[in-house]
Amino acid sequence: MPTAINNPLALVAELTHRCPLHCVYCSNPLELQSRSNELSTEIWSGVFKEAAAAGVLQADFTGGEPLARPDIVDLVRNARSAGLYVSLITSGLPLDEAKLEALVQAGLDHFQLSFQGAREETANDISGTKSQQRKLRVLQWLKRYRIGLTLNFVIHRRNIDELEEMLAIVEDSGAGRVEFASVQYYGWAFANRDNLLPTRQQLDRCVKLLHRAEEHLSGKTRIVFVVPDYYAKFPKPCVGGWGRKLMLITPSGDALPCHAAPVIPGLKFANVKNRSLREIWEHSEAFQKFRGEDWMQEPCKSCDRRAQDFGGCRCQAMLLTGDANATDPVCSLAPQRPKVDAVLAKINDGRTAGAELASPVVISADKINWLYRANPV
Amino acid sequence: MSVDLNSRPRLAAGCRMGENNKQRVLLMPERALRLNGPSLEIVSRCDGKYTVAQIIGELQLLYSKAEPHKVEQDILGYLELLQKERALDFDV
Repeated sequence: MPTAINNPLALVAELTHRCPLHCVYCSNPLELQSRSNELSTEIWSGVFKEAAAAGVLQADFTGGEPLARPDIVDLVRNARSAGLYVSLITSGLPLDEAKLEALVQAGLDHFQLSFQGAREETANDISGTKSQQRKLRVLQWLKRYRIGLTLNFVIHRRNIDELEEMLAIVEDSGAGRVEFASVQYYGWAFANRDNLLPTRQQLDRCVKLLHRAEEHLSGKTRIVFVVPDYYAKFPKPCVGGWGRKLMLITPSGDALPCHAAPVIPGLKFANVKNRSLREIWEHSEAFQKFRGEDWMQEPCKSCDRRAQDFGGCRCQAMLLTGDANATDPVCSLAPQRPKVDAVLAKINDGRTAGAELASPVVISADKINWLYRANPV
Repeated sequence: MSVDLNSRPRLAAGCRMGENNKQRVLLMPERALRLNGPSLEIVSRCDGKYTVAQIIGELQLLYSKAEPHKVEQDILGYLELLQKERALDFDV
């Protein structure tokens, strides 16, 4: 029997899968939801009210690109009047000064702006669009407003060496928060993984630089960084535990415990169009699936850390082992950890353990065969 | 980073008080802190008008049974923590 559940705290509102960018690291599913199935403003408004009534404190507007919704200002206003703290997780496109003003007036609490690199060529290559200059312009407009601002640099092998330049952008922006968000390998990122994973050497340098930056920026900007979990000793407590803190609503209204859950076969998702949010949270099959500990295999079942990291990520276990109940194989205690080690061995130049790299890894100047994120019809 | 007793703390950009089901919270990007008792009394006074010294003074009166020096140290520690988390700015 799943243990008693607390109420959800965060609502991730995937407003659309449309997006002007085509980032190769996107964690959206490969099968994107069509525009014709997107929920209306009215239905979202009902979802926000139900979320607040269920105890949710924060709404994260994301996608795809939330600014692609023509009703985005109304959505912000509705979520605020429902009593939620509203964050916009965005590429900053499409946006003009009037719309930004309208978003702030509607009560937007927090603007999280993504960056694909510090250098324009890198950013444009990773996103498949010419977006960098427009993002930098948005940063200037944001200086007019006193709202929360996070810069989110998505970090991987192709841009991790631009860290100092990224930090310069951060300092100039005056942002209260910066996330150096290591790519997580789901969706499009998983397809492009072997071209994205950083090397150990790159990570070591990154960690050293960020420690220095933390001191320099202390009191001004908070730095958030985690190494990619393939390199960690223990897995992340994914989404704070399955069905423990977070609910994600897809563009068509399906309620998911996390953004990658559709990779788990046999999971049926309830839809907000015909079930209440509270009922979905408490009773739906998908949310109940990995609550409690009955589903765990060894070593998780008797592990001291199981209440801390919940055995890691179910979707990652599915992607890497074919078994959603397995210990997340990034865990050093996982029987299938050698699968992850094999991937890392390839990335770190195929050398055997103990052999040192004589010089910094040269990033190939050859054109990479990226799988660029498509747009839904 | 030590806290200036004459400075006036106020909630940083993107931070505000909220409430859900009678529970007062401090809301900020990607985080929410439950506010109860002393933490609520402190954060409620972070309005850009109270000085740190005034906050300490009022709480020492409010919690008259507690040792005044401990109240002061606890408040300073809590304010410094919130500053590091970027939940508070200190205006001089």
